[in-house]
Amino acid sequence: MLGVLRRKVACKANGVSALGQGIRVVASRAFSSSGKEMTVREALNSALDEEMSADPKVFIMGEEVGEYQGAYKISKGLLEKYGPERVLDTPITEAGFAGIGVGAAYYGLRPVIEFMTFNFSMQAIDHIINSAAKSNYMSAGQISVPIVFRGPNGAAAGVGAQHSQCYAAWYGSCPGLKVLAPYSSEDARGLLKAAIRDPDPVVFLENELLYGESFPVSAEALDSSFCLPIGKAKIEREGKDVTITAFSKMVGYALQAAEILAKDGISAEVINLRSIRPLDRSTINASVRKTNRLVTVEEGFPQHGVGAEICASVLEDSFEYLDAAVERIAGADVPMPYAANLERMAVPQVEDIVRAAKRACYRSTPLAATA
Amino acid sequence: MAQIIHRSTNLLKPVSVAVSATRHLTTASTTPITVETSLPFTGHNIEPPSRSVETTPQELLSFFRDMVLMRRMEIAADSLYKAKLIRGFCHLYDGQEAVAVGMEAAITKKDCIITAYRDHCIFLGRGGTLMDAFAELMGRKDGCSKGKGGSMHFYKKESGFYGGHGIVGAQVPLGIGLAFAQKYCKDENVTFSMYGDGAANQGQLFEALNMAALWDLPAILVCENNHYGMGTAEWRAAKSPSYYKRGDYVPGLKVDGMDAFAVKQACKFAKEHALKNGPIILEMDTYRYHGHSMSDPGSTYRTRDEISGVRQERDPIERIRKLILSHDLATEKELKDTEKEMRKEVDDVIAKAKESPLPDSSELFTNVYVKGFGVEAFGADRKELRAVLP
Repeated sequence: MLGVLRRKVACKANGVSALGQGIRVVASRAFSSSGKEMTVREALNSALDEEMSADPKVFIMGEEVGEYQGAYKISKGLLEKYGPERVLDTPITEAGFAGIGVGAAYYGLRPVIEFMTFNFSMQAIDHIINSAAKSNYMSAGQISVPIVFRGPNGAAAGVGAQHSQCYAAWYGSCPGLKVLAPYSSEDARGLLKAAIRDPDPVVFLENELLYGESFPVSAEALDSSFCLPIGKAKIEREGKDVTITAFSKMVGYALQAAEILAKDGISAEVINLRSIRPLDRSTINASVRKTNRLVTVEEGFPQHGVGAEICASVLEDSFEYLDAAVERIAGADVPMPYAANLERMAVPQVEDIVRAAKRACYRSTPLAATA
Repeated sequence: MAQIIHRSTNLLKPVSVAVSATRHLTTASTTPITVETSLPFTGHNIEPPSRSVETTPQELLSFFRDMVLMRRMEIAADSLYKAKLIRGFCHLYDGQEAVAVGMEAAITKKDCIITAYRDHCIFLGRGGTLMDAFAELMGRKDGCSKGKGGSMHFYKKESGFYGGHGIVGAQVPLGIGLAFAQKYCKDENVTFSMYGDGAANQGQLFEALNMAALWDLPAILVCENNHYGMGTAEWRAAKSPSYYKRGDYVPGLKVDGMDAFAVKQACKFAKEHALKNGPIILEMDTYRYHGHSMSDPGSTYRTRDEISGVRQERDPIERIRKLILSHDLATEKELKDTEKEMRKEVDDVIAKAKESPLPDSSELFTNVYVKGFGVEAFGADRKELRAVLP
């Protein structure tokens, strides 16, 4: 999958864009360390700032994005810098403003629509799917929709059933949409910039609990022309015994699990999917052909989830390479409970990932009895 | 209606006559008193009701007691949240108590109420207990939703309270649906669908209201206009912030939501109207002292002067206190004692609620369905934890 990203816009005081050359393949070891750390929040804010600066057609619309500085402070300072014509506070009317955003995109503007959480995107889902995702196809290429729908996705802490759902699988199943899920600050910067520059509708799934987390960023990532390719996963940790796929917050959990597994002599390869749609099947399959075992990890509901698609893909393309059944770790099959102990059981924990990886390596005791 | 209760010479007199020091607060009489609402009602496509409201000493004192209890509960919830005993979202109602209390005084438990996430006091008004509320807020098994719902999801179906909803605006079509069912079952009761000024712009509200009007449903839409939708002032969100007029062909009434008697009168009037003529909108002009939620300081989009100004001029509890004192129904000390008593009650219940255990792990899988047909449900590790849904 070629992620060719071109800057159509006159870069301001920016000098040469290294992007004109085409594909940018990311392996963080290749970049020089900048010694700098950045929170995911800062990463997203700087990405929005730079893209708005570079292209006057980019504007932001959503609840509390302007005067309130953003419900989670992602759009802090942008109203002051770009003014109320480009940073628009909307009423609490998702169906309306998502539709307005898509209409603006039809006309050629580049909206970034914020949902305060993706739970509220359900009020607007008709526009995301029917008005945005399908338009390029239905119009045979006349009406393209260069829009980004972004916001926090998945569980936070103690916010209950109506505010905790993960929408990766739903949006990921829809042709015409691109669906991204950053983990680190570099992911956040590079993928958001790519999303805004992309001519197709992009659903950008952030995570509230990651906003405050700090990650080291390479010097390259700090450059305003930095961009990550859409549709390419990243090997966060190389290994040879078992492949663990994850996205968003679960990447952190998978990395922790890999540390624990290493102490037990199991070398886990952790893949940060970065892109739910298009899914990087070649990276996943190449990894499984190397390790012969797979654990998929996601926060969302298990049935028809991202893990189910990955499992099917691996069975289709790499069946002979599998030495064990594919293991799936996902959110529990229940609406998210509020009580702290129940919530903990409803969301994957590091020990669940460790246990599943050991099972895939035939290193565990017989299966536990039914609950 | 009016019953003069003959007691000793310490009878409560409804006029400003000096009475002896020993009155019986708890056995207040039901002698009728008439009070005037602070402001006249404004009608949209309807003749507004009179400003004169019938009440009794008993009702006045119970209004005071109930509102003080609600106020104390919300302040205590603030502390519990800061102590991290309450998690997630917590939206407090202090300042808006008159709406909950005035509404209850006009209706029965056969009438239904549905609201959004600022639901603690409505729940109390519908007969929920402090224990139900605090245990739920702390996610314990003795909570009204067994700890599985949290702050935004209190319910009490047996007294007509249908929650407790997290998605802005969704509760309005749901409430109109309750009204639909009431009419379908020929119940002669009404439903109050409560929403805020932020939700007032939601399309689904107008869709459902149109149907309520077409089908003459006994639906009363109550806009609790506290003038801010999270951090956005009403004039920044609505081209027309006259929410009582937004029904267009549906009549509306603008009500001083800080005056429990105005609320009571309006709700009584609305119930009579809705049973005969279909939907009506009530706009309650009210105010929340806290920010939108515990994550919002509430001071970045409004001034502290504005907040303290409302507290000084329009506080609903103070209004009732003044009425009680001016009618000589209690002394200042007696009212202060009531406040102390309510504070102690809240503190006692919180101590008990803290002892309530977390729900049992098996509750993870209960109530997914009413009828699960024996299907399997899974925990995060589907090979480690699974259950059969009965």
